[in-house]
Amino acid sequence: MVCSADEAVAAFHEIGGRVVVKAQVLSGGRGKAGGVVLADNKVAVEEAAEKILSLEIAGYDVERLLVTEACEITKEIYLSALVDRAAGSIAVMASGEGGIDIEQVAVQSPELIVHRYVDVIAGLPPFAARDIGFKLGLDWPQVREFQIIACKIVQLLTELDASLVEINPLIVDGGGHCRAIDAKIDLDDNAIYRHPELEKFRNPEEYTFEEVEARNAGISYIKLNGNIGCMVNGAGLAMALLDVIKGQGGEPANFLDVGGGADSKQVRTAMNIILSDPSVQVILVNIFGGITRCDEVAQGVIEALGSITRKVDLVVRLVGTNEEEGLYLLKAAGISAHTSMFDAVREAVEIAS
Amino acid sequence: MSIFIDENTKVMVQGITGNQGSFHANLMQQYGTNIVSGVVPGKGGGSVSGVPVFDTVGQAVESTSPDCAVVFVPAAVAADAILEEIACGVSLIVCITEGMPVLDVTRVMQVVNSTNVRLIGPNCPGLISPGRSKVGIMPSQIHLPGPVGVVSRSGTLTYEVVQALTDAGIGQSTCVGIGGDPIIGTSFVETVQMFQEDDETEAIVVIGEIGGEGEEQCADYIGKCVNKPVVGFIAGRSAPAEKRMGHAGAIVSGSTGSAEAKISAFEQVGVSVASIPTDIAKLISEVL
Repeated sequence: MVCSADEAVAAFHEIGGRVVVKAQVLSGGRGKAGGVVLADNKVAVEEAAEKILSLEIAGYDVERLLVTEACEITKEIYLSALVDRAAGSIAVMASGEGGIDIEQVAVQSPELIVHRYVDVIAGLPPFAARDIGFKLGLDWPQVREFQIIACKIVQLLTELDASLVEINPLIVDGGGHCRAIDAKIDLDDNAIYRHPELEKFRNPEEYTFEEVEARNAGISYIKLNGNIGCMVNGAGLAMALLDVIKGQGGEPANFLDVGGGADSKQVRTAMNIILSDPSVQVILVNIFGGITRCDEVAQGVIEALGSITRKVDLVVRLVGTNEEEGLYLLKAAGISAHTSMFDAVREAVEIAS
Repeated sequence: MSIFIDENTKVMVQGITGNQGSFHANLMQQYGTNIVSGVVPGKGGGSVSGVPVFDTVGQAVESTSPDCAVVFVPAAVAADAILEEIACGVSLIVCITEGMPVLDVTRVMQVVNSTNVRLIGPNCPGLISPGRSKVGIMPSQIHLPGPVGVVSRSGTLTYEVVQALTDAGIGQSTCVGIGGDPIIGTSFVETVQMFQEDDETEAIVVIGEIGGEGEEQCADYIGKCVNKPVVGFIAGRSAPAEKRMGHAGAIVSGSTGSAEAKISAFEQVGVSVASIPTDIAKLISEVL
């Protein structure tokens, strides 16, 4: 793993022969984007490294490269273990048409993909892994290697609480051996508490400061490009609010689900996160209390307003559990509230435009 | 008839001494739900709002024979709670808990699928048959008994729609929150099928959102097997791709899960899709 063209050349000298220079970003589709280049001399390695380091792939600046021995490839296989949403289970997927564009293979020629459900408690038995290997057209010596790899990625999926472990491509090299050339792992945020050691792999560039702060507080926050800051309880209602704002000609500044059963402290944190976005001109609070209590929300909103240092308008819609108590608190603080979400959106859009 | 629960359903609350568990056990009781027991390891022998608390589900089942369990325990122990209920023969389990690791849910589902247990959720508001019983966390006062079955992946968005229905004088037979996680115990299709077979339900509201293919499968099922009028809403038309919109299951990923695909799947089978949630009431009044 290197960060500059000079280091890439040094790595080339160490490896010798033919190498492949690969962009290291948290995205697929690197080959198509020009992020994977073969080179067999110093000048070519230097050029490749410089070119790839100047690329942006799927929104990521390329800052690191992998320089590694180029393999002779006689067959490319796609192999993954994944949480199969539709089946409510885990599955192994494999295809003899590996390499790039497995999604396209899945759509255009699903018959080229071997899909096998896995017992989530027992794991993938070796016989099932061998069966997949033979279906991919591998010979017995390769199937022997393949079955170990396939069983291990299922084991890895369950041990890491991952939602995807993918090797693409898994190749058969010139010597007839299976080798994993590239891999990808998706982790489950809900299970990360069991694997604190994996926190360090989070890419800090992927999240804004506010998104990290929100996550730490148990709030779902996604920054968008508008000027209406939104605070909502419940993801579905938060999404619907964005849709209604857009439908009324407004632009939401964010998605924010304050979480089920949020207390006043959480609401205050949410308000502060919304306010930290300088483009927010109006905050639209849309709460339909269920497990969340309106009085807690009102308390949090009032506390956040107390410490506010810039001018921002507030539109509140507050109904549901403990509605009366919440409205009473708001009224005492001089804040009026809507009962209809649509009316609240219209007022917020009017203020913001 | 209502689906899943009625006034005779005996309910056990797993996690009844917790903040949410005790608060909502009390609200459910006030609504008239027959809460017969609670379970919290280490708190056996106590009581909450007059409900006896047991250390284990086995003890609660032996003493109070619940038909249904509602789960309020933290995400880290929710799978264990559900497995304990299944092991003790509880046949309807409603899991309110949010944030369960998805592999825990697959492990639970593997057991659920080998039994006759009905799991609703996780990460759901529960269900209510207005005027009869409530097993969940939804605000009671917005509901009205009547002929419309409501099924949704969301909590608060459902309240929004139900409020609009009630304001328009349209009551509900049962409202079912199936949950916002990628893997859930009971699907749109299974719930819609029960509404189709329920004599009391005359029309069905389906509230979906981006992510997964549950709505598309439901549309397919409606086209083939449902002759009652169905009205829909899909949240997330303005959601950016590849971002999880709060619910673990709400993500547009590659070519699957977009709001457009879901809306078009519904419209192709004659389901009117509202453009704002409250318009559902108007669309329903047109078909009733």
